[in-house]
Amino acid sequence: EICACASNFSRARSLGWAEVLDTGARGGRMSTSSVSKGCFVFKPSSKKRRILSPTADYFSQGKNDSEDSDLRFATCQLLWKQINSETEKIQEELNKQLFDNLIRFLRQSHSEFQTKKTEWMCRMKSSEIPTAALVLGVNVTDHEVTFKSLSEVLQDNVTPYVISLQAKECPGIKHLLQKLMGQLMDCCVDLDSSEEEECVNISQKKIRCSMASLSKWYESVTKKTGSETPSKKRTSSSRHWQSPPIVVIFKDMESFTTKVLQDFIIISSQHIHEFPLVLIFGIATSPMIIHRLLPHSVSSLLCIELFQSLSCKEHLATVIDKLLLTTQFPFKLSEKVLQVLINIFLYHDFSVQNFIKGFQLSIVEHFYSQPLSVLCCQLLEAKKRVNSLPHNQCENIRSLPSFRRYVESQVSEKQIALLTEDSFLKEVTQTLLEDLHIYHENYFTVLRCLHVFTTSLPKYPLGKQIRELHCACLGKRVWETEEYESAVQLLRMLAKDELVAILQKCAEIFISSSGKQFSNTVEKLEEFLARFQNLEAETNEVQDVSVSSQKELQKKTDLYHLQKTLLALKESKRSKKLTKFEMLRFEVVDFIDSLVRSYLAPAEMQTLNEVVYFNTANTLREHLNAAPRIALHTALNNPYCYLKNQTLKSDVGCISNTAPDICIVYKLHLECGRLINLVDWLEAFSTVVTAVEGTDPDSVATDQVDEIIHARFIRAVSELELLGFIKPSKQKTDHVARLTWGGC
Amino acid sequence: MSQLELKRNKVLEARFVADEDVLKHISDNGGVKVRKDKAQLALNVKRFVKTLENISDDDEAQEILKEQNYVAVLGACAEDSLRNGPSAGGGEIYSFQTPKRSGKMAELASELAQTPGKNVTFESSQYPEKPASTPQSSKKYSASNKAQLKSKNNEFVSTTPYRLRKRLTAPSLRSDSESDYSASCSEEEEEDKDHKETSDVILDRKTPSKTRAAPASKKTPAKKLKEEMTSNLVEEYFEAHSSSKVLTSDRTLQKLQKRKLDQQTLLVLLNKAPPAFTAELKELNQQHESLFSKWMLQLHLGFSIVLYGLGSKRDLLEKFRTSLLQDSVHLVVNGFFPSITVRSILNSITEEVLDHVGTFRSPLDQLDLIMKRFKEDSSLELYLLIHNLDSKMLRGDKSQQILAQLASLPNIHLIASIDHINAPLMWDQAKQSLYNWLWYETTTFSPYLEETSYENSLLVQQSGSLALSSLTHVLHSLTPNARGIFRLLAQYHLENKDNPSYPGLSFQDFYQRCREAFLVNSDLTLRAQLTEFRDHKLIRTKRGTDGVEYLLIPVDNGTLTDFLEKEDEDM
Repeated sequence: EICACASNFSRARSLGWAEVLDTGARGGRMSTSSVSKGCFVFKPSSKKRRILSPTADYFSQGKNDSEDSDLRFATCQLLWKQINSETEKIQEELNKQLFDNLIRFLRQSHSEFQTKKTEWMCRMKSSEIPTAALVLGVNVTDHEVTFKSLSEVLQDNVTPYVISLQAKECPGIKHLLQKLMGQLMDCCVDLDSSEEEECVNISQKKIRCSMASLSKWYESVTKKTGSETPSKKRTSSSRHWQSPPIVVIFKDMESFTTKVLQDFIIISSQHIHEFPLVLIFGIATSPMIIHRLLPHSVSSLLCIELFQSLSCKEHLATVIDKLLLTTQFPFKLSEKVLQVLINIFLYHDFSVQNFIKGFQLSIVEHFYSQPLSVLCCQLLEAKKRVNSLPHNQCENIRSLPSFRRYVESQVSEKQIALLTEDSFLKEVTQTLLEDLHIYHENYFTVLRCLHVFTTSLPKYPLGKQIRELHCACLGKRVWETEEYESAVQLLRMLAKDELVAILQKCAEIFISSSGKQFSNTVEKLEEFLARFQNLEAETNEVQDVSVSSQKELQKKTDLYHLQKTLLALKESKRSKKLTKFEMLRFEVVDFIDSLVRSYLAPAEMQTLNEVVYFNTANTLREHLNAAPRIALHTALNNPYCYLKNQTLKSDVGCISNTAPDICIVYKLHLECGRLINLVDWLEAFSTVVTAVEGTDPDSVATDQVDEIIHARFIRAVSELELLGFIKPSKQKTDHVARLTWGGC
Repeated sequence: MSQLELKRNKVLEARFVADEDVLKHISDNGGVKVRKDKAQLALNVKRFVKTLENISDDDEAQEILKEQNYVAVLGACAEDSLRNGPSAGGGEIYSFQTPKRSGKMAELASELAQTPGKNVTFESSQYPEKPASTPQSSKKYSASNKAQLKSKNNEFVSTTPYRLRKRLTAPSLRSDSESDYSASCSEEEEEDKDHKETSDVILDRKTPSKTRAAPASKKTPAKKLKEEMTSNLVEEYFEAHSSSKVLTSDRTLQKLQKRKLDQQTLLVLLNKAPPAFTAELKELNQQHESLFSKWMLQLHLGFSIVLYGLGSKRDLLEKFRTSLLQDSVHLVVNGFFPSITVRSILNSITEEVLDHVGTFRSPLDQLDLIMKRFKEDSSLELYLLIHNLDSKMLRGDKSQQILAQLASLPNIHLIASIDHINAPLMWDQAKQSLYNWLWYETTTFSPYLEETSYENSLLVQQSGSLALSSLTHVLHSLTPNARGIFRLLAQYHLENKDNPSYPGLSFQDFYQRCREAFLVNSDLTLRAQLTEFRDHKLIRTKRGTDGVEYLLIPVDNGTLTDFLEKEDEDM
């Protein structure tokens, strides 16, 4: 192109020819600006290349307390590994049900094909393709993992021929078939020995990808397995069924073009009697989409069964339950951090994967930024580590705000000892860590117990999910909040059977918890339960009394007496003391309240909480949920935020005229409508700039200065263009069009 | 009619009061009110205004509270997320466009020029009243940007906008009544109405309502404006976008007699310009550089890093590269390079990193190979540095998909920078999760020198000169006859430059002319010549309504004139 070529030429002139000609140069310090290419590969000489992964080095770099950083990094990695495997386990468990159902479906759909081929043929005369519609929900990012494990499961249990297709790989039916054949051949290679690999590779390229060739291939493959040596056959048949179906997974059904899908379905329905084919549609929206994408004539070729995966909210709840509300992992998230992660989940993507990613990031950040995180490991290990802490780490402990609070609460001799003797400090730290551990054990148990209570309340004043309750308790003293008060009030109105059920659940929770302190609590709860049982007998008596009084009422027919007895009854009702049930209910609620007050203290109040709690929510938010436009807006409107120069300080809405060129140009362009006249703009700019430089705008400025301003203007304008605020316009000569509205 | 419309437009002007104030007001309750008042909009104006006035303060407070709750719920980080503490709510940034008028920029400029380092307090009471009665001519500018003092209504005591007055010292204003900022084109008067009311209570009377929606009231401009904003936001939007008429001056750069700058002179000139805030910039950079090892750590842990914020991040990334990546295989991609493609990136990886020989049918095949190779060999490690991941050439969906898939490989570490305000829109959820971004704000304020140095990212000033150089280059490689042919066409083109309906030169005419000038001897030779021109994009052909082929030169007239002059010199 003439323009590009010319531009290259002129740049080449400006940069000097040498650089343009150096395109072949390799190695160390080559420049990365060239007019002839945009990619630069740098390969160090093989000697210099590092052998080991140096990740740990970067962890310690730029930190002065390097003694512990290796240990910290190792702890961090270990913790993350554990957590990661835990999350995978959770995912597996959650998916198990779904996958079992799917496998059952596959088995059913092709059972005839396996047993009696003729029957299969009969049934398949209708050319219906068995199809599983898998509704996975809108959290598209999580689907990848699900599909991966699904195809693994299928390959292990059902068939080697599992093909996953994505819409972006299949813009046309041809690509789809190519992809399908390609993946099938790969499967085949995996199944057979690798000796055939070459011929397969060749054939893969040469084969005209069509359904006919596919069915031929299937025939040959199934024959081959039949004629294989018995030993081989046994191994393969143990895992897979005879004549295994070909499973085609459409990962993102919605993004496939209608035409491709239709063609594929119609073509394959013609061949369905030649090989067993099963389709699986991954659906993010609703099953209706199948009918919207496919006309009736096509969808009637499918024999669809619907499968629903677990909702992402439940998934998240399980993840939180297993990762956060447990003492299994020493690392904890503070309220704000958790809130950020949950908000990203709820308001941005519904993606559990992203939640876990955020969790990973907080682990890394915590271990990276908090030197004392070396103690963030299992209790026994942590105690050991305390003993070997160097002096500077002891100082780090002393400077923790929570520890200072603790010191201040001690008697003076102990204070001095804590602040001066490292050994004593270590001793105390060990006990404090143990306390922290016990605190967590109790906390989670009581939290679950409280959650059982609050979920039964109307309107859920403390939240429906346990994570909401957790956030409320982590942040502040929950018993001081209004929500808690109203919850307690509602609790005092619970019906008896509800209360009994809840108490039973609580007792179970306490029994299953590992904390030893709760033996008393369990006893108490059981006592309450027993008393409720006794109540039933007593209430019967009470009822008798009331019945008798009513009978009395019926006996008297005298008006005067009637009035008297009625008054008396009323009197007695008014002054009547609470029933025994009510008293008991109050007692129960008070008991729960006391539990909450003693065990659900906010984590921030705990000594040494900084060791295990990650609480810089801002970092997390900045890195995960950044707002680049706001940053740009601030930089342009208020450069003082970044450049701490007094001359840049200005009121809201104004800008100092000494600001960087781009800010001034930006500010000027805000005053314009859709089109901006470059001449006016330039003039306005030079007015501002010359005023700053002290030259009188009226006097004829030297040509030199003028040129420089012109150049600066050009630069600033093209920078704005790069940022996307303006673009060249052909509507009018020497005009540019604004691309933004209002303030930005 | 257009005048009326123009006036209405002007009344809706929103940015006269200190921008942030107004916008804050808008963002605080704009959205809510608009929704609320939408129905009433249809009612007659008087009632409407009344209702607006009736909105009590607690009402507003409540709305603000609601808004805050919403923001808090969203976790939208306005208050505390940004390290440097700037806060900018969504409304401030994504507000509606407000109609602007032409003289505005010049005013702001003079205002900025006048403003010393600090703002001067303004006492409105001292502001002199200034009768204005010069006959109007709305589109006249004096070169020094001075004094177009015109207004058709004498009733305007002052025409200086509120914001200007706020910032200017009274003495300086009084010193010359014909100063820049007193100037106002006729289009300005309407908004000025809104503002002068504060300074002058005497003037408190309703202007005959030429304007539908903004009857004067005794409010402070800020408050009034806010109400206007809220009430008319919808109408305003459509007004701003319906009128095709654009109110800008007709001046062109050619009239300025500015020497056109080419890249080289531009660089030379910019080097002469004194660097500003070097200390502060250095400090900023040092802050960012302290993060290098953290970036490396996070890259190794499977995250990709994206840098955003004002200023070129090229130097920063280069520094990162030279200080930490010297001993590892890495690939630097200049996204701003005008002819960069994903293909070239993939080629660099396959050919130079993986030493693969052979070609690929499609980028997807190539990607498959790369992914396979990297998965097989865990010792392979590649750092991918992409400057301007959001450049025009890379922002396409397919390119981003491929890059995202590359980034998702555990042993490819991607660190990229983005600059465009809408860059994050490139990625959907799926791509984002493939990229696994960690965002880092690295505002550097350094000029985008390299990024804007390519022709296609530059504006008019440059394109002229470069097109000229390209014209000469191409034509110098042609035969004298071919040059003559092009000259003929160019001259004809220039002769007709004032004819707006000039369709181009028809092929037959052209052939005739060329024959007469002894440039060609058959129409075949001419066609061969034209094909060459067309290949170099020197000419364009267009079929007219009558089926005749017309020839056009797609270069602007100024460049063409320059070219012809230069050619004459050479001859």
